Amino acid sequence: MAIQFQQHPGLVVYLTAGDAGLQPKTSKPQGTGADLSATREIALAAIDAGADVIELGVPFSDPLADGPVIQRASERALARGTRLIDVLALAADLRKARPGAGLVIFSYLNPILSYGLARFADAAAAAGVDGVLLTDMIVEEAAEYIAEMKRVNLSPIFLAAPTSPDERLQAIASHSRGFIYAISRTGITGRQQNIASDAAQLVGRIRRWTKLPIAVGFGISNADHVAQVADFADAAVIGSAIVELIEQSTEEQAPGAVARFIKGLRQFHAVQAL
Amino acid sequence: MASAISPETSIHHSTPGRFGVYGGRYVPETLMAALEELEQAYEAAKADPEFQAELADLLMNFAGRVTPLYFAKRLTEDLGGAKIYLKREDLLHTGAHKINNALGQGLLARRMGKKRIIAETGAGQHGVATATVCALLGMDCIVYMGEEDIRRQELNVLRMRLLGAEVRPVSSGSKTLKDAVNEALRDWVTNVRDTYYILGSALGPHPYPTMVRDFNRVIGIEIREQILQKEGRLPTAVIACVGGGSNAIGAFHAFLEDKDVRLIGVEAGGRGKGLGEHAARFDGGRPGVLQGTYSYVLQDENGQVSLTHSVSAGLDYASVGPEHAALHDCGRAEYVSADDKHVLEAVVKLARSEGILPALESAHAVAECIRIAPTMAHHDILVVNLSGRGDKDMGILARELNIKGASGL
Repeated sequence: MAIQFQQHPGLVVYLTAGDAGLQPKTSKPQGTGADLSATREIALAAIDAGADVIELGVPFSDPLADGPVIQRASERALARGTRLIDVLALAADLRKARPGAGLVIFSYLNPILSYGLARFADAAAAAGVDGVLLTDMIVEEAAEYIAEMKRVNLSPIFLAAPTSPDERLQAIASHSRGFIYAISRTGITGRQQNIASDAAQLVGRIRRWTKLPIAVGFGISNADHVAQVADFADAAVIGSAIVELIEQSTEEQAPGAVARFIKGLRQFHAVQAL
Repeated sequence: MASAISPETSIHHSTPGRFGVYGGRYVPETLMAALEELEQAYEAAKADPEFQAELADLLMNFAGRVTPLYFAKRLTEDLGGAKIYLKREDLLHTGAHKINNALGQGLLARRMGKKRIIAETGAGQHGVATATVCALLGMDCIVYMGEEDIRRQELNVLRMRLLGAEVRPVSSGSKTLKDAVNEALRDWVTNVRDTYYILGSALGPHPYPTMVRDFNRVIGIEIREQILQKEGRLPTAVIACVGGGSNAIGAFHAFLEDKDVRLIGVEAGGRGKGLGEHAARFDGGRPGVLQGTYSYVLQDENGQVSLTHSVSAGLDYASVGPEHAALHDCGRAEYVSADDKHVLEAVVKLARSEGILPALESAHAVAECIRIAPTMAHHDILVVNLSGRGDKDMGILARELNIKGASGL
């Protein structure tokens, strides 16, 4: 299914699957897999509050593109025993519960390779996922990955960076499906004060090569940022800000807190008018 | 062990920097422009006689090349088998082969106009070499080092700070080399426009495995000339320790075409066979992607990278250089492991028979030499690459071997 952004700007929400913040409930008996019900509740709340796409992050031991907030979330999720198959099961569950929402699996490459690329593609398609984004997979290395995604009719989503020269942006645009993820600045994930002018320039450069929606991520953490992104891109990706909110909430509070936060992201103009 | 991915679905391997199916570039997109810039700059420097002449001059007059190939007479007599030669990379300035690569990359960074240098280090030898080169060339230097390694390699931390480098402790994961590499990569992703990353071993994304190997090839080239001069023939085997594998690939490379020369890499067997107890990637690992390259990785059944253990900080790493992975699979090189206990025994043996105190890393190669030399004939020749000296390990050695210092008279 094609990913759709219902409003402008669209909202993409990243969640580390299996992270339930610092106060997990008692987990399921051993051998039955990790308990991802907390992530499920948060994802449903996010969708209902206006998130167009949920990126389900597969926790990884060495998240070198991520800042400390998402690294801690990964560590918590791994400590609870979260595996790729648990993330896929959660995706299938979310797909049933919210047929219209965009669902993307977000991962580092190694858990996918370990599971098997073809097997993963089949499982992700069966779960009803729309797309896959692999942080450390660049277009030059991606021939088989792209072929597998095509075979099962899933969107490979590539990242574009401010440092990417035009010929790379062209290749990224031609291989991407669903949307293109434009990184707002050089660096790792995490909050920042202002959305760099880098981001607007980058989106303008990508536009020359594609009609796909362009989502801007890295450092977007408030309504002001989202309003800025709305001026030049199709969607904003919110990651660390939401993961941090989950970290600071109890498992019971997290869905409500995330829903309120997402609703607030579109309130910039209303607040400014006061 | 079989590959984690079948040939039909294997990741693409027509890109540059491949060793068989291994190697490649698996990095955040932000780094790609920098890697391409680095690749081009390196190719240009390699072809530039002026660059090569300056590097050769510094290797000779600053670092102390040519290093001796020393006949270990007492050790040979004691073990009663093959003739044993030691390639004395431990005699280089800063105490290890790491200076070969740090000088090469330091000159390259200067040529590229970069003034801010970052590096990662495990045992600290690469950090010290990088800090030294940065002082020599007048560059800012930041070294990432795991907290566990800072604790066990304090002497090298002091040396780096004295040389003017900033040592940044890394507290994530196992607090060792793998985590220091993650932090260095994060710094590079953030500051990629003005920063040069001097990666310390023959791993990471292309062009690092090739470039670091090239800067260490001098080891094997010298061994070849020296042994032909001394013995009139090539060695039976060349033995080197393998963490990331830079000293080993440097020692092996000049012999790849000489099929009669056995190439033996020695990994860290640590304290046991279980996952997390050792760093023997070819014994307990399988192919995967860690830190930008496709190679053997110690990982669990879900693709999470496992913790490692070795008495030597420099071998305590969950992956291995991709060229070693290719040499392993095609059988051109053999990979074995030495456990902590035999490594400590090897330190004592070499110290007392030859008056040479090897680094704990290098002692892995010595341990394998001690194991196989007695099984070989008198006309066989073993060359052990003594990649570094053991001063930095005195704290660990004193503790492990129960040697008393001033406080215990």
